[in-house]
Amino acid sequence: MSEKMSSVAIRSSEITPKQVYLSRRDFIKAAGVVAGSVALAACAPQAAQTAVQPLPTPQDTSISTKKDELGDPVNSFDDITNYNNYYEFTEDKGGVAPLAAKFKTTPWDVEVYGLVNKPMKYALEDLVKQFQPEDRIYRLRCVEAWSMVIPWTGFPLAKLLKEVEPTSAAKYVRFETVTRPDEMPGQRNVLYPWPYQEGLRMDEAMNDLAILATGMYGGELPAQNGGGMRLVVPWKYGFKSIKGVIKIELVSEQPATMWSTINPGEYGFYSNVNPQVDHPRWSQASERRIGELQRRDTLMFNGYAGQVAHLYDGMDLKVNY
Amino acid sequence: MKKPTLLQVAVHLGAWYPLAHIVYDYFTHNLTANPIQAIEQRTGINALTLLLFSLACTPLSSILGWQELTRRRKALGNYGFMYASIHLLTFVGLDYGFNLASILRDVGTKWYIIVGLVAFLLLLPLALTSFKYWMKRLGKNWKRLHRLVYIISPLVALHFLLSVKGDLTRLQGNIVRPVLYGSIALMLLALRFSPLKLALMGTRARLQGLIGRYR
Repeated sequence: MSEKMSSVAIRSSEITPKQVYLSRRDFIKAAGVVAGSVALAACAPQAAQTAVQPLPTPQDTSISTKKDELGDPVNSFDDITNYNNYYEFTEDKGGVAPLAAKFKTTPWDVEVYGLVNKPMKYALEDLVKQFQPEDRIYRLRCVEAWSMVIPWTGFPLAKLLKEVEPTSAAKYVRFETVTRPDEMPGQRNVLYPWPYQEGLRMDEAMNDLAILATGMYGGELPAQNGGGMRLVVPWKYGFKSIKGVIKIELVSEQPATMWSTINPGEYGFYSNVNPQVDHPRWSQASERRIGELQRRDTLMFNGYAGQVAHLYDGMDLKVNY
Repeated sequence: MKKPTLLQVAVHLGAWYPLAHIVYDYFTHNLTANPIQAIEQRTGINALTLLLFSLACTPLSSILGWQELTRRRKALGNYGFMYASIHLLTFVGLDYGFNLASILRDVGTKWYIIVGLVAFLLLLPLALTSFKYWMKRLGKNWKRLHRLVYIISPLVALHFLLSVKGDLTRLQGNIVRPVLYGSIALMLLALRFSPLKLALMGTRARLQGLIGRYR
């Protein structure tokens, strides 16, 4: 089933008329970028790089004054879109935005398949129409001990999963990032087991906090933040919130994930934010909120214990890290 | 006062440039959204690079027959120490806000911090004894003491390797740069062994002979 569906996905993305139709906006965007680069050709390279970063839609400036439920303000659009861990582009967090400027997020198709009664393939705009994204201000805690507060728009993953009717054999959800080495130069790096994969246990996936984000800061989801669509699971370390999702598969076994494949001793399947379980490299007891000078204490489940702690009742979180 | 040589000027300008660049990037808001981490990473790389340059002086001067290189070794090493100090101060002061309790908690559990700290503590006596006074006073022991740099450089490369997410034993992840720096450190260490150095010196002599014949 999955083999067949993935081959369909490749073919449909090659249908020219649809692309021509949908890429009209990209062309206009690209034209703007070219005009901008010409105008800035005489400036320093850094200035030019800043200028070509994509701003998919004018950002909603009123959002920058919003706060999360703990009273902390959202990070600036500039910080969120220029400091990205997205190794498909590059290992350099500042280098993602310029590379992602050339990445096409339309058309964007998402397949949902595997152990389900109704396998589906959606165009992103249909997902948005059907599931009505809502605003969610979440903290994002990177395993590298920095964090941000990000105003996403997205819809609960549970809504999508209910729609495709998982069978009783489905125990886990596997997510996969798009493979486009031409646009994502990092995917040519042989030291990584591409494509990026992530997974959630069924009850984690059905938790209302787990969303599929299709927007950010009141606009489209920028490519460097995982556009067309990404997962956001705010009580887990950032790498669990997989970007550029094109496949969602319901499976019976715990799926392999990118970082637990690279370094299983350090990155587990669960990867819940947990100040009591130490990581060999970075202190997980404290973190730096981007934009702040002082470190702050890291909260259990990143401050979402009330909503998710029950999922792990009876589990030793030191073993299931 | 003697007129400074071209190499001397290059060493001093080259060593100050990265720091000036960091300061410039700070004031032009180009130190990423996480400037403290950027300063830590950049000064760390600068320190390791300068230590490797310093380490390369002796073997390169014999292999290339460029005597002046050995006279730039000390400055390069001291600049390396300068960046290592900024690196450590940034970690202790800016990153952890001089909060000794949380520093100690992390020092005890994180191998990359332990290795980095050991390397710094080994580098410290070398910087302190880099003056002529100590050179004279320690005599033969000065040279022995300063051979520590052959241990320090690979340790710093190890510190770098341990601080990235990848895993060398599986050859996966972002290990390219630390492995590159580590290989250079080990190569320079290998050059200390005379057979290899003598072979390379012999090659140079033969090349010079050849060039001389056709001139």
